[in-house]
Amino acid sequence: MIQPSNSLIVAVVSRTMIPYLQVFALYVIFHGHYGPGGGFQGGAMVAASLILSRMALGGERAEVQFRSAWGSPLGAIGALLFAAVGLVAVFFGGEYLNYAYLPLPLDDPALLRSYGILFIEIGVAIALTGTLVAIFDDLVEGHEDYD
Amino acid sequence: MNVQDLIAFFFILCGAFFMLMGSIGLLRLPDFYSRTHATGKVDTLGIMLSLLGLAIYEGLTLNSLKLLVVMIFVLAVNPVGTHALAKAAMEYGLRPWFKDDTPPVKQESEGV
Repeated sequence: MIQPSNSLIVAVVSRTMIPYLQVFALYVIFHGHYGPGGGFQGGAMVAASLILSRMALGGERAEVQFRSAWGSPLGAIGALLFAAVGLVAVFFGGEYLNYAYLPLPLDDPALLRSYGILFIEIGVAIALTGTLVAIFDDLVEGHEDYD
Repeated sequence: MNVQDLIAFFFILCGAFFMLMGSIGLLRLPDFYSRTHATGKVDTLGIMLSLLGLAIYEGLTLNSLKLLVVMIFVLAVNPVGTHALAKAAMEYGLRPWFKDDTPPVKQESEGV
């Protein structure tokens, strides 16, 4: 378990910045198919904010927001969501990841593709967040007296 | 080329100048603390001036708003990162360089 940072400046600025970072990461994820960004970048930003909270605020308080045990399962769930969207398209008569065949109540194929990409981005973001936080937690595991 | 572009180029060139100063300071200053001073302070100013120039070049759009958000983020976070680095070095026990010490830069150049 990482100890909290003994610097008040680092603690206060991290505490202030982490919510804004996470909101901006959500913007990056959901804006990915209109502009720069996407699931990978947004997921990396969410993971960076969670890792920052672990390093600056200490493991005990960071666990309130994201438990260490959630890392690997979320990585698997994100990858499953990605694969499931593709397989649903196959099940409804299209090719793998052909979003136009997704069973959503939308008439416009362009809108269908747009929302299909959104599901893929969310899956990528969840997988990346879980995996990166799990890697960080595994790396610092065992450093009981880590400063 | 109108006035807006000229102001933007001026700010971007100022930012590039401060980044150059930071790089020279990183190479020439004698020890860790003064190098942290050079890179931390001057890179903050350099990045902020460059982003301000880009925002002026872009005009009043959503992209320039994003650039302003990035500027506020850099303004808040970059000095804190520098502070954390210097504090960690101080707690580790790294001794600052004083004037009567042999400058490490000269030692390295003599050894080579």
